[in-house]
Amino acid sequence: VPVMARDMSDKEILKMELEQLKKEVNTPRTPVSANCADTITFVEGMLPNDPLIKGVPDDKNPYKGDKGGCIIT
Amino acid sequence: MCDQTFVAVTFGPCDSCSKASPLMNIYIKNEPINYCSFCVEMMACQGLQKGETLASLKRECDNLKKKLEEERGKLNDVELHQVAEKTEVLGALSVKTRRVLKGHGNKVLCMDWCKDRRRLVSSSQDGKVIVWDAFTLNKEHGITLPCTWVMACAYAPSGCAVACGGLDNKCSVVPLSLDKTENLAAKKKSVAMHTNYVSGCTFTNSDMQLLTCSGDGTCALWDVESGQLLQSFHGHTADVLSLDLAPSETGNTFVSGGCDKKANVWDMRSGQNIQSFESHESDINCVKYYPSGDAFASASDDATCRFYDLRADREVAVYQKDSIIFGASTVDFSLSGRLLFAGYNDYTINAWDVLKGTRVSVLFGHENRISRVRVSPDGTALCSASWDNTLRIWA
Repeated sequence: VPVMARDMSDKEILKMELEQLKKEVNTPRTPVSANCADTITFVEGMLPNDPLIKGVPDDKNPYKGDKGGCIIT
Repeated sequence: MCDQTFVAVTFGPCDSCSKASPLMNIYIKNEPINYCSFCVEMMACQGLQKGETLASLKRECDNLKKKLEEERGKLNDVELHQVAEKTEVLGALSVKTRRVLKGHGNKVLCMDWCKDRRRLVSSSQDGKVIVWDAFTLNKEHGITLPCTWVMACAYAPSGCAVACGGLDNKCSVVPLSLDKTENLAAKKKSVAMHTNYVSGCTFTNSDMQLLTCSGDGTCALWDVESGQLLQSFHGHTADVLSLDLAPSETGNTFVSGGCDKKANVWDMRSGQNIQSFESHESDINCVKYYPSGDAFASASDDATCRFYDLRADREVAVYQKDSIIFGASTVDFSLSGRLLFAGYNDYTINAWDVLKGTRVSVLFGHENRISRVRVSPDGTALCSASWDNTLRIWA
């Protein structure tokens, strides 16, 4: 069974946080502008096929129009 | 330092230094200790050093946090909505309630879509788990669990089973039978065992492994067949409320968020916490990966949702409005990642333009808090679960 943080003393918790922070300071990172540009490119590529934004013609959308067969139990 | 004069009841070898000397008979935590006066002094000084270590650890932590912010700040050359200035503005959304799923006797706490894009599973405070056909509103299966507050449920990738758990501190897997007369609860198999409530669960890329998060502050990976704990994830310092698996193409990681206001990204194989983000001002109720796998969003009691870019290792957008003062409990992205749907405790769902940071639409209809929103696997519909005992399908 996994161990709880509440079972650790304040000192042990701080030590754990400290170890984690030391690792994270050295995490490789890249500029926000480049990454955001990537995100935008991703979205623009997928946008034409996003049904909730572009909409779906009524005859193709299973939720619009007739509910179809309904089984009464 | 000068010795105090004391009345020595005993004379003998000191428990600490073994030298024969007058002994001070003292009790520490009900244990009798016979130390010479020098060793008692030494022990008192060590106690002082322990106190100093706690404060110096805290200082070191604070310094590193500042350094981390500095390092992240160096690459924060621009904000997401600035890069997105030239992006076309979205038109109004024509999304409306198309179905209302009634059947639960109490608050619906969780739901999950099946990969077939039409079935979904929901779980409730009334102890029931229901599998629905969203097209026809047919209830295909009903499972009654012995405990109330089933806070987590998930559909297996194969569509042949569901997982559920909550206040029973367990997460169980129930195989779905084609035989309508069979009592599914009898086939329920306990897989995960935590020491506090289970707040979230998901199958990994197969029916064979289950990932859970819990009020006990940990996340864990389990083998479904044997119930064996494969990996546990420690790092959160309070209840973990949500987790989400990275899209399969991007490798073996998952993100979790909780009451310590932190969102942590984990390596599933090593159990290591790879990155962590602490910018929310209150509990994080939900975390969700971006469709590309390079970012994730979070929803918090601080009434904001935030967007974190994993390669830039920082928050790059905040979705908030002065008029929104109630906590956000759940988030999910539309298929393209352009929209972020967020459910709030004020009974509404807000649709945010992820890139521009503006609100595109408000979905009204539920009569109580929203507990979960999930876009269907093919992006055609949004399902919302609420404390008003119903689920709604929006399309």
